[in-house]
Amino acid sequence: MDHAHSLLWEEDVPGGCHWSGIVRRGTTLRLEDVEGRANAAVLLFNSEEKLERYNMADTLKCQHTFQLTKGHACYSDMGRIFCFITADTTGWHDTVCGLSEAELIEKQYGVARYQEHRNQMYRSGLDGMLIELGKWGLGKRDVVSNINFFSKITANASGELSFQADNRRPGDSVDLSFEMDTLVVLSAAPHPLDPSKVYRPGAVRLALLPTPAGATIECAGLAENVRGLQHTQRLYACKGGVE
Amino acid sequence: MSVHNLIESRLDPELAVVDEICPAGEPWVKLVRKGATFRIVDLEGNQAVDTLFFNPAHTPERYSATDTISRQRSLYLTSGTKLYSNFGNVMLTIVADTCGRHDMLGGACASESNRVRYALDTYAMHSCRDSFLHALAHDPLCEQLGLTKRDLPSNINFFMNVPVTEAGGLEFVDGVSAPGKYVEMRAEMDVVVMISNCPQLNNPCNAYNPTPIRLLVWESAEKGIAHV
Repeated sequence: MDHAHSLLWEEDVPGGCHWSGIVRRGTTLRLEDVEGRANAAVLLFNSEEKLERYNMADTLKCQHTFQLTKGHACYSDMGRIFCFITADTTGWHDTVCGLSEAELIEKQYGVARYQEHRNQMYRSGLDGMLIELGKWGLGKRDVVSNINFFSKITANASGELSFQADNRRPGDSVDLSFEMDTLVVLSAAPHPLDPSKVYRPGAVRLALLPTPAGATIECAGLAENVRGLQHTQRLYACKGGVE
Repeated sequence: MSVHNLIESRLDPELAVVDEICPAGEPWVKLVRKGATFRIVDLEGNQAVDTLFFNPAHTPERYSATDTISRQRSLYLTSGTKLYSNFGNVMLTIVADTCGRHDMLGGACASESNRVRYALDTYAMHSCRDSFLHALAHDPLCEQLGLTKRDLPSNINFFMNVPVTEAGGLEFVDGVSAPGKYVEMRAEMDVVVMISNCPQLNNPCNAYNPTPIRLLVWESAEKGIAHV
């Protein structure tokens, strides 16, 4: 893709901070781990009907996977595809560990209040998510299992989890090509299993691009994703959709 | 698969204050008080029991898969596992388990996900989410608490075996459960238990044959053991 000519907008979310916005179908949101130590916790909602939301269990079981990478779709609880992952330099994103919360952040990193630290204060993943959700009339009841982009969590045979810190490199990126008009809510605080003793979450750069023709073909290879896409397109059929 | 932590219960079913059968394809809702012990019995084997827990005093607090996974750094449930809420509180502790492994990743079946997983024309087949929504509409306790679809997070699947491979794959394999296996948990706070006894007919994990479960509650461990 000719990056310079197709870029619609770009924005940096500093480590620990949060963001939300509507991403339209037909566009691709690129997330970049600028410094190689980002965690982008993300929840997705149908912007027309926010009761429809990202569903971890359906996303995993529809595609027989424990992790997300290029070729996977992110499913809603209504059997529709919010977005396909059309590019990924990391190979593995977590979706089962949830968000860091205030108590964990304090226990692991100590306290850094706004009064003394201004915008370098320590923020938690959950609190950032709740602030952004609140802007859209959403709250605690809408916090479901999220995606943690850039964090690789592996499981051994008995199910014990490990955070793979060496999987992150500066400049890593993941492309989300949207099939639905989607409210994206993002919190860039540390992953709950990040073992780092120092509060230093990395920035997440957001870039919006038009989705190039054919970008999602590879992702629709799985029979489940073909049906998921057919089901998604029914939602937009009245607007001259594809079905 | 290695199964460990198999622990049998000493509680006597004769002393239970609740002893009910829930047929396949039906929901079951009950208030379980702090200190009480709650048992689910897989009567015929390899049945999936989709289960949620809520705090009746403050319903935004509910069982959380991600908190239960992260806080114990473990993907599977068995004896000793604590079931955490989204507020970081321990709702229940698993105190006995003769099955050895239960799932937190597979969630509930629904008309919409069945379409994606099996075929577009499976929409009319009964599903766990239909049972949950039926309970939300009809069960007096759910009605009183004002629960809606918004309150349905990812659930536990008791007796279901969904192993994760080191390469990051997810498998739905034949269950490790068998007729009469059970899991038992102690309530660490008052909880509303909401169950859908799974009606899935498209998945080999229950041999395409959903079966009944038995549900027992003892007021306390002390009152569950016959003293002679």
